[in-house]
Amino acid sequence: MALVYRIGLPLLIAALIAVPFVPQLIYPIFLMKVMCFVLFACAFNLLLGHAGIVSFGHAAFFGSSAYITGYALRDLGLTTEVAILAGVLFSATLGALFGALAIRRQGIYLAMITLALAQLVYFSFLQAPFTGAEDGMQPIPRGKLFGLIDLNDDTNLYFLVLVCTGGGLWLINRIVHSPFGQILRAIREHEPRTRSLGYAVERYKVTAFALSAGLSGLAGSLKCVVFRLASLTDVHWHMSGDVILMTVLGGMNSVFGPAIGAIIISALRHYFDALGAWVTIMVGLVFIFCVLVFRRGVLGELSHYLAVRHPAKEQKNA
Amino acid sequence: MEIFGIPHQAFLGQIMLGLVNGAFYAVLSLGLAIIFGLLRVVNFAHGAFFMVGAFIAFLLGRNLGLGYWPAMIAAPMIVGFAGIIFERFAIRRIYGLDPLYGLLLTFGLVLVMEGGFRVAMGSSGHPFPTPQLLRGAWDIGFMMLPVYRGFVILIAVVVCAGTWILIEKTRMGAYLRAATERPDLTQSFGINVPLLLTLTYGVGVGLAGFAGVLAAPIQHVNPSMGSDLVIIVFAIVVIGGLGSVLGSALTGLGLGVIEGLTKVYYSEASTTVVFLVMALVLLLRPAGLFGREEA
Amino acid sequence: MKTSLRLTMTAASLLALGATAANAQISNDVVRIGVLADMSGIYNDLSGKGAVEAVKMAAEDVGGTVLGKKIDVIFADHLNKPDVGAAKAREWFDTGAVDMINDLANSGVARAVAAVAKEKKRHIIVNGASNMGITNELCSPYAIHYAYDAYSLAHGTGKAVVAAGGKSWFFLTVDFAFGHGLEQQVSDVVRGAQGRVLGAARHPLGTTDFSSYVLQAQASKAEIIGIASTGADAVNAIKAAAEFGATKNQKLAALLLWIEDVHSLGLQTAQGLMLTNAWYWDQNDETRKFAKRFYDRVGKMPNMAQAADYSSTVFYLNAVKEAGTDDPDKVSAKMREMTVSDMFTKNGKVRVDGRFMHDMYLWQVKTPAESKAPWDYLKPVSTIPAEQAFQPLSESKCDLVKK
Repeated sequence: MALVYRIGLPLLIAALIAVPFVPQLIYPIFLMKVMCFVLFACAFNLLLGHAGIVSFGHAAFFGSSAYITGYALRDLGLTTEVAILAGVLFSATLGALFGALAIRRQGIYLAMITLALAQLVYFSFLQAPFTGAEDGMQPIPRGKLFGLIDLNDDTNLYFLVLVCTGGGLWLINRIVHSPFGQILRAIREHEPRTRSLGYAVERYKVTAFALSAGLSGLAGSLKCVVFRLASLTDVHWHMSGDVILMTVLGGMNSVFGPAIGAIIISALRHYFDALGAWVTIMVGLVFIFCVLVFRRGVLGELSHYLAVRHPAKEQKNA
Repeated sequence: MEIFGIPHQAFLGQIMLGLVNGAFYAVLSLGLAIIFGLLRVVNFAHGAFFMVGAFIAFLLGRNLGLGYWPAMIAAPMIVGFAGIIFERFAIRRIYGLDPLYGLLLTFGLVLVMEGGFRVAMGSSGHPFPTPQLLRGAWDIGFMMLPVYRGFVILIAVVVCAGTWILIEKTRMGAYLRAATERPDLTQSFGINVPLLLTLTYGVGVGLAGFAGVLAAPIQHVNPSMGSDLVIIVFAIVVIGGLGSVLGSALTGLGLGVIEGLTKVYYSEASTTVVFLVMALVLLLRPAGLFGREEA
Repeated sequence: MKTSLRLTMTAASLLALGATAANAQISNDVVRIGVLADMSGIYNDLSGKGAVEAVKMAAEDVGGTVLGKKIDVIFADHLNKPDVGAAKAREWFDTGAVDMINDLANSGVARAVAAVAKEKKRHIIVNGASNMGITNELCSPYAIHYAYDAYSLAHGTGKAVVAAGGKSWFFLTVDFAFGHGLEQQVSDVVRGAQGRVLGAARHPLGTTDFSSYVLQAQASKAEIIGIASTGADAVNAIKAAAEFGATKNQKLAALLLWIEDVHSLGLQTAQGLMLTNAWYWDQNDETRKFAKRFYDRVGKMPNMAQAADYSSTVFYLNAVKEAGTDDPDKVSAKMREMTVSDMFTKNGKVRVDGRFMHDMYLWQVKTPAESKAPWDYLKPVSTIPAEQAFQPLSESKCDLVKK
């Protein structure tokens, strides 16, 4: 595994840097969208995979950040980085609020509270005068980064998205492997015991909520800047379902597994676009299959396979 | 005459319509509650089975010339049978796992069913004629109530009461309740619990299919007719208390009325008010209005 | 690190290659027209397959090629979602070599795509949406609003109903750009004639159960229930109004009704309704000829948007021919010089804000007795000359209009 990372990562980064220069090969805007969902799914997995909390309301963070960023860019005329930051702060705050309310319950009830709160957020954006409701908020200017770099140029924008996504993923990786991340896993495994060790479990959960929400918000803001549009699709509960789907498909017991799920789902939707509703059927079947026989997710099954196949090597590298 | 500044005609009329919607909620949440109570599976596909019920009634009528009344019997049975097959081959494999997996599995099924009907039947709705017998409208003083909608309220109450009697007063129901509380013990008394689970799922989604047939003349038959409904019905079951059968049916009717009232004062919020109620109930009375706190 | 450096260099050389390929004169050796339509949703009947076929017929009638280059027609479904439509348009302009996008049924989608077209400097022709923004705040040299708009509907049906004595109105409005725009335009007309607007109930796109909205309309006691929606929404609203007995004391005014809507309502329910359409298949020999060809391919009669899809595509292709290039700026200039005289309209002309100026017509739905054949639904009431049918330039918010 480690070997894969050591060779694969630089290769991946190099390929990603090259993409905007060969638009014939892969459409950069599509890749930007994929990166947004990669970040979203990995951020979501901070809660699902690492804290064992099922949130059914993550669209609220993704979408509200998109709207706030759009508002800051279009109506307040702020520069892009400030607008994105505003969106992230807003959704992180929202996340802390959701967390504070939702963690009073467990399991399916917790999921239901997040769903209910997310529906209230959806309603607020549907009614708010600046969102354009069903028409979506558009057109949103992409603005200039630090007032200098023109983001209307797709290549500039691409690197902004790449850096933000990379930074976000790096941060998620850091969080997961920090003592904080370990405590989250301890809570997931045995909450009362963690509490008896003197950890303020609630505070950890709320913090995890805020972090996950803030990073999901970053993904939403980026998507809004890329497409110059924020719409109800981003806050609709289907988006919350989508991100669960991506995460479980990719594998929720790893840091970057959800990224693979996000790539698979986005690619299916993009490349088989012409098939219309067949794509929905395909995604559904993949999903049923995944839950029935593939429960570790793509990355989980892969590393499991490698670990079974080469147990010795794996140990040496670890 | 006015009630809080609203003409009483509009006020009572909206409550009446709320009751009609509440009737659908009641039948749907009833099935969902039974399934959760026994299988511990959050059946996300409930709305999709509702849609399939409506489509089967529509197709039976269009292709086989079957009338509304036979379809009302046949469609729920077909839907129930489909449910039984799905339980045998899929849901059965995930019993005992985290409830998350049940939710995910049925969510996948939703995608397949909705996508399938979209491919086969298109996204725009198909009109479904009101049965001859139930056309026209009653003048009930404050509004013209179409006969069919009155019929919906009536039959929903009958179905809910029937199911309640089935569960509370019959031997079958006793097995069911026993299996809900202590499946292992019930099994050891020689009752075939796995079969009971299968049948329960079949009956639960059959009820959803039945609601679909009821809704067809009002809503037009279209692939996404159950898609937003499912989370509302979810919310209702949670408000009523997961697993409480009578609770969810009553809550369904009650929330229909609350929705109707919301339409009088703040129409835009009518689809959201359910979630507001759910958030409040969960925070103040976690086990729901009729549920018991579980260990 | 070495590997990545080498990869970057390879990428840079590939870039140079790509740049030369993209600089060819006639863009990509093909004139590609994208039909962005509702292929599966509530407006499927009004745009959908019929729109695609109409554009294909136009491409064939021009000869399949223009300036020796092939004409290619592609289509996609926008699902009535502005974000989907805008993303598709962006992709078409960026990588699909699409020169012009047509149809655009759904106002929200049309607005979103108009913004993309302005940014990317490519052509769109709006036929399936009524939003006034296309020729106002979103106007650009690249957007043409061809068939009809909210102003023309309000000044057709709206004015006629007010003139017939309908002074107090309540609206059943579909809750997105189209409905809001239409409601606002008609409200202006009503207030301009000393009428009153008593309120509005907003319903989401694709509502099937109109009962509670109809109750609100009844409670308002307005003389006229204005239906600011179209397609299946309008059909369902009209049916619900009949079911709940609203038609006993109140009159309906459907502000945008299509020939297909009349078809699915049936003459028994629809008879007597007034509607404003730019075109009707049974107007004259030319329209009947086109309708017959269309019917043979699609299996139903064309509506005004589909006729406009055809007419505007021929117009665009002729402009490309005249300009000798598909360069958007040159074609745009050409289109604003030429006049259109075909089966859709006579002496139609594009105004500086992108509004295509042509006469509109007020129609009334025939009674079952008057209708002689299938699809024989409308009888003419009056002609609304272009200058009255469309918003005067003096009121335009378009920044291309010099004041």
